[in-house]
Amino acid sequence: MNEKNGYEQKPPEDFVLKDCALIAIATGKRALTLRELRDLLLTVTPDSIYYHFWGGLLQPRFEEREYNNDFAAWAWYSLHDAVLAERLAVVDPTESSDLEELRQQILEIIEERLDEREALSWISSDVSFEFIRSQIVVFDTGKRAKTPEELTAILPDISPSSIFYHFIDSRRRLEHHRDDFSFWLSSFEERHQELCEKLVAIDPYFDSLAQLKKQLVDLFEIHSQKETP
Amino acid sequence: MTTLLDAYSETSGQGVIDHLRQLAAPLRGMKILHVNSTRVGGGVAEILGKLVPLMQELSIDASWEVITGNDDFYQCTKAMHNALQGSRARIPRHLLDNYEQVNRDNGEQLREKLEAADFVFIHDPQPAPLLTYCPARRGKWIWRCHIDASHPYRPVWKYLKPFIADYDASIFSLPRFAKTLPHPQYIIPPSIDPLSEKNMDLTKEEVWGVYGDFDLDPERPLLLQVSRFDRFKDPLGVIQAYQLVKKFVPGQQLVLAGGTATDDPEGEVVLQEVRDAAAGDPDIHILLLPPDAHKTINALQRAADIVLQKSIKEGFGLTVTEAMWKGKPVIGGDTGGIQLQVINFNTGFRVNTPEGAALRIRYLLHQPAKMREMGNKAREFVRDNFLLTRHLREYLTLILSLHYGSEDRIELN
Repeated sequence: MNEKNGYEQKPPEDFVLKDCALIAIATGKRALTLRELRDLLLTVTPDSIYYHFWGGLLQPRFEEREYNNDFAAWAWYSLHDAVLAERLAVVDPTESSDLEELRQQILEIIEERLDEREALSWISSDVSFEFIRSQIVVFDTGKRAKTPEELTAILPDISPSSIFYHFIDSRRRLEHHRDDFSFWLSSFEERHQELCEKLVAIDPYFDSLAQLKKQLVDLFEIHSQKETP
Repeated sequence: MTTLLDAYSETSGQGVIDHLRQLAAPLRGMKILHVNSTRVGGGVAEILGKLVPLMQELSIDASWEVITGNDDFYQCTKAMHNALQGSRARIPRHLLDNYEQVNRDNGEQLREKLEAADFVFIHDPQPAPLLTYCPARRGKWIWRCHIDASHPYRPVWKYLKPFIADYDASIFSLPRFAKTLPHPQYIIPPSIDPLSEKNMDLTKEEVWGVYGDFDLDPERPLLLQVSRFDRFKDPLGVIQAYQLVKKFVPGQQLVLAGGTATDDPEGEVVLQEVRDAAAGDPDIHILLLPPDAHKTINALQRAADIVLQKSIKEGFGLTVTEAMWKGKPVIGGDTGGIQLQVINFNTGFRVNTPEGAALRIRYLLHQPAKMREMGNKAREFVRDNFLLTRHLREYLTLILSLHYGSEDRIELN
């Protein structure tokens, strides 16, 4: 258990239901060409990379996006390079150990593409890539669950941003990119192991928060029904 | 008694209101002052008219002050507004001196309130110098720019920048509007008020009223663009698109609804060009509506089958948001905030030419089920992202962020 940042739930204590709000801040860094994007990627803060992968879930953006991160979307819509867009789109941030590793992964893809197609060094995009960073404000909802059954009862009423905090943001706070729910459940008896495994198996990257919430509610309810004698 | 928050919970959902209450809890009792230059008319006044009472219901000591000026002041600030949007017009020195004097006078009048506030939101360039005249201010000051300032006329921006640089933060509607400033620049898109006359639900009779009022046929397809008669809104391109479609859908009708443009010489020219282009076609209706015809615009948007906003240049494009809120697919120019709202094949289509607009009009008119599906998606997209409650949430988040520090993560206990 990672004790140092103090964000995580501390089993077997109550599950503390938190919520969050995200605010976007312009960094003033803009890239018109792929080379500029590469150069700026070297200098932006990790929270900017975080924002461009995950911020879309909490910011005004259409849920059914063709590309799940802003780099891939820009590569296609503004630079019109389908190869680069596809390669960037497949990058799954949950697979990187941290944001620095994720940064390196994007840089490698961009540099590979610059090597393949030299013209991309100077071709200007239609619209510049605007690097954004974000601040996240986390607050306690006052809701608590002592048992998995209580959590099952609370889940249908929690907000999408609360799902973001406990299921997405947790991956930045907990070791092994865990979500808060499975982390908390793992402190209980073995009988919740199956639910834990199912939660861990959810791929959060391609779903909207509403879809994620539905999956979580369904999993908890099915598990709860099995548990009920 | 039904509160404003209760009323908003009906459109935004109770969860959204609960979220606002929790975010606002640490700000209970704080003095938050908004300042702009008009109490009525215009999008800023419309938003503040609701935002301030909502903050008050959240137990924040919010208030709203309006600065007053003379004719020269408004002439100057109108020129500034245009210049921030890129219009190349120098402002004479005497107008700038008057601008500063008016701000100095207002600063003296409002100083006690301004200096006592925990957070001061100054909206747009009109009251921007007020900060200079409040040396004993204790709170954080935020400059909110509602204008597309992505390519300002440099001399005017150079003049304004020193007034704005001393603020603690600024807010822009889109990332590309942000400037080089020595403080954090927050990105908060604008919003529409679902309870305003322009966006509230109407009865069937109220919607049907516009057919009679403007000699429209309810049995035939209706296309609508609501905008000023301005080249950037491309009304001539809309007529061209309509004419391209007419060969295939002869029964369609087009309404171009805009304000009277008596104070805008170029507007008159564009209007005349539009009239010339529409001449001889009884199915093109050019409506000059007064600035307070909100309910009429609302009814027209609800009566329309497809709403167009074929702008060549656009700030955010709140008319797009309004149409989407009424469940209409939008065919919009591929520019500015329209790109954030109109998602191809989902909430409408983004186009670059009259031909592109014509193609999409035909596509939609031939697929009524698709049109309904896209309209429904558009409404839900606005519900989730562009209602006043989201705007308020971001203001509260920004205040918390400024209050509790500049870390990328703020934990409230």
